[in-house]
Amino acid sequence: MADNLQAVIATNRFGLGARPGELATVKSDPRGWLKAQLNGSRPIPAIIKNLSPSDEIFRAQVAALKERLEAQKAAADSDGAAKPGAGLKRNVIMENFLGQVAARYQVATHTTESFRERLIHFWTNHFAVSMDKVAVAAMAGTLENEAIRPNLHLSFYDLLLAAESHPAMILYLDNQMSMGPNSQVAQLAKRRANLKRKFDINENLGREILELHTLGVSGGYTQTDVTHFATALTGWSIVGEQGGFAAANRLAKDSDSLDGKFLFREGLHEPGAQTVLGKRYNESGIDQPKAILKDLSRHPATASFIATKLARHFIADEPPAAAVTRIAKAFRDSEGHLPTVHAAVVDSVEGWASTPAKFKTPHEFVVSTFRALDYLPDKPLLILQPFESLGQAPFSPGSPAGWADIAGRWDGSDALMKRIEWATQVAQKLGGRISPVQLAERSLGDALGEHTRMALNGAADGVQGTTLWLVSPEFQRR
Amino acid sequence: MNKQFIDSKARREFLCNTTMAGLSALVPAISFGYAQTDARFVFIILRGALDGLAAVAPYGDGNYQRVRGALALPAPGSADGVLKLDGMFALNPALKNLHALYQAKELLVLHAIASPYRERSHFDGQDLLENGTDAPHGSLDGWLNRALLSMPAAKKQKTDQLAVAFAQNLPLVLRGEQKVGSWAPSRLPGTDDDTLQRIAALYSSDEYFLSRLQTAMSTDAIAGEGGNRMAGNANGQRNNSLASVVSAAGKMLKQADGPRVAVMEATGWDTPANQGAEQGQLFLRLADLDRAVDSLRSELGPVWQNTAVMVATEFGRTVAINGTRGTDHGTASCAFLAGGAVNGGKVIADWPGLADKDLYQGRDLQPTMDLRSAFKGVLATHMGVGESVLETSVFTNSHSAKPMLELVRKI
Repeated sequence: MADNLQAVIATNRFGLGARPGELATVKSDPRGWLKAQLNGSRPIPAIIKNLSPSDEIFRAQVAALKERLEAQKAAADSDGAAKPGAGLKRNVIMENFLGQVAARYQVATHTTESFRERLIHFWTNHFAVSMDKVAVAAMAGTLENEAIRPNLHLSFYDLLLAAESHPAMILYLDNQMSMGPNSQVAQLAKRRANLKRKFDINENLGREILELHTLGVSGGYTQTDVTHFATALTGWSIVGEQGGFAAANRLAKDSDSLDGKFLFREGLHEPGAQTVLGKRYNESGIDQPKAILKDLSRHPATASFIATKLARHFIADEPPAAAVTRIAKAFRDSEGHLPTVHAAVVDSVEGWASTPAKFKTPHEFVVSTFRALDYLPDKPLLILQPFESLGQAPFSPGSPAGWADIAGRWDGSDALMKRIEWATQVAQKLGGRISPVQLAERSLGDALGEHTRMALNGAADGVQGTTLWLVSPEFQRR
Repeated sequence: MNKQFIDSKARREFLCNTTMAGLSALVPAISFGYAQTDARFVFIILRGALDGLAAVAPYGDGNYQRVRGALALPAPGSADGVLKLDGMFALNPALKNLHALYQAKELLVLHAIASPYRERSHFDGQDLLENGTDAPHGSLDGWLNRALLSMPAAKKQKTDQLAVAFAQNLPLVLRGEQKVGSWAPSRLPGTDDDTLQRIAALYSSDEYFLSRLQTAMSTDAIAGEGGNRMAGNANGQRNNSLASVVSAAGKMLKQADGPRVAVMEATGWDTPANQGAEQGQLFLRLADLDRAVDSLRSELGPVWQNTAVMVATEFGRTVAINGTRGTDHGTASCAFLAGGAVNGGKVIADWPGLADKDLYQGRDLQPTMDLRSAFKGVLATHMGVGESVLETSVFTNSHSAKPMLELVRKI
């Protein structure tokens, strides 16, 4: 009994939801099963390898925009005739986005290491980019695969550096053209006439790294720290003229095969030392922002902030202070070694409480449904649909803070009705093949309550019973 | 069984006992018939920090052209020019309908206004705007929910539908002890009545799920009379536009026994790059807001006369343009109050000026009015919330923010 409940907790609270047969596999050693997923690297799944990388997407998007501008120009020249090529850019977005969605949920549905996969989702959400910004719409899903997935066995600094230098992050937080007022480029431009543009820093990336990625909003930094850090980050950019799409029509070059990759532009970097959190950074060039990032990654406030977020994700919306303290200590003692930090989460006794404290987010609800039924729609648009309808479309958190990890953001009355409606749709498609009680037992094990079991037994038919199982309180909590 | 739910226990029994009755027996049981006021209050939250100087240009300030640079809007009367309000202020050209409301004395503009928040985090700023205290995370529930508890309209109200959030999930401002509903358009097929009854029975031992299900079913029943739940969001895109909910909101609010308070939210106001001036991304967001207010007005019909619509954002943006043709996070912004009940046709501002020495921390529009003063004024005079309650529980530690009692007419 007890082993069975521990297996339910390991697969549903720590993992992404039990697949058929998984509870039986995990039962003998639930903690061992979780910890075995933490160390070492893993090969990138083939379906993810087949996706276009971010720089390729960047180039395709620039090329599509160029074509469209030329087509519009041609149309204007020929008195407003047909506009071939309009909408090309949108195709670049949809093709890549749908491919990324399909790959992400293929892996999430079928993986036998769903704790590791949940951690990957967690960190992607921590370093959130959102596709509602057009410039990153086609590559929003690449940050997870290029910056998070390959670094889960390394340190938080490695993860931080990979995420902040990812082109989607740079474009999302507008750093590609942030330049120092005394940088070489700004100086040169000032000497030329008729340049109305102002050359200055953009604070966005620097601010969000401090507030959302490292110290947290109460981490003890000031507006001056933001400004100085953002100044140190000037030049932290990507390849491509102007680093953006606005100047796509001026991109004609001999070779642009590197466009879209990270580039530190010395010419945009503000010369001189910067003081951040009371420490003076005399380094020049890229060494300066890297030194600050390194110190931020090991700051005690960062350890507490990350520990709180992990405890909130795995234990409870209001995380128990003792668990946060222990995870933060593991973070500090290991200098942010991620497998050590993640193991500290598994070792938190509070995480094994028999009563589930977390209400599943829409994303967790849909993924755990796919896993429990070993089912994924065959068309990417159909995979996307439930996430969208339930209010959590992939790669679209809408802000750099990512999706909230507290029930109050997901448990509105209308949101519950949407879950019921989607569960009905799933049950209509799949219900009746397996008895609802059997589905409930293999996904919820000993967590299945008597009241729900009776309701499933009394259901009018398999479709109704499957709906009841999916919307039951037991299945909606973890 | 009486058709009015008496308390949650009776409701629970009712739900359990009606397993074999149709859903039709369940839905008409929800009634709004006890609301004691005809006043309607709509709160529209603009998330992301609206640039107040772009929405309401102080074109008469001698420093305006200089400090705004490429973001300065063309003068009144010129092509794509700002829409003149008075000798000092003018609306962004996107706000045509709001301009018409101003001329009809149904729009108030509040400028150089801010919440008590003085840092620059969106998330903390929005939290404070909605929690009603003077600190981020100072309360786990929202000021509008706390105000609902003491509105005369809530007296004898047995329903949890006094207020509705037009969002899938409740914004903080409406979270709290008073039960409220939420509504958003759906693209999913419905669930049959028998299954819904059985889900209600399944939830009978779990109040958390049961209360939400009950609220959802009653809200749907009301929206179904007008707003079409199935119609919205047909293009399959995540929709940050107000247009998808404003018509349903109007249909619900105009019912004599409908909700009295509604909250809507629109995202996309963060413009750190390529903000645009008389056209561009911010122009398009403002045009969406402008259309939404106008649709709400026409949908409400005569009820517009009893309505006040407050539009506010978490903070403003820098006065100067940044290195990426946008603006960074700032402090004071503007706010709007629209509606037939509004004492409109005025700009209320204690203008701080745009000279470098006048700016907050040398970069932002200096706040000279407190948003809580406006919120308190509207709640007191329009919704009948007692001033002592406003001070003690709705907006704690807000004695410095005196309620503005002249914003709405007595209706």
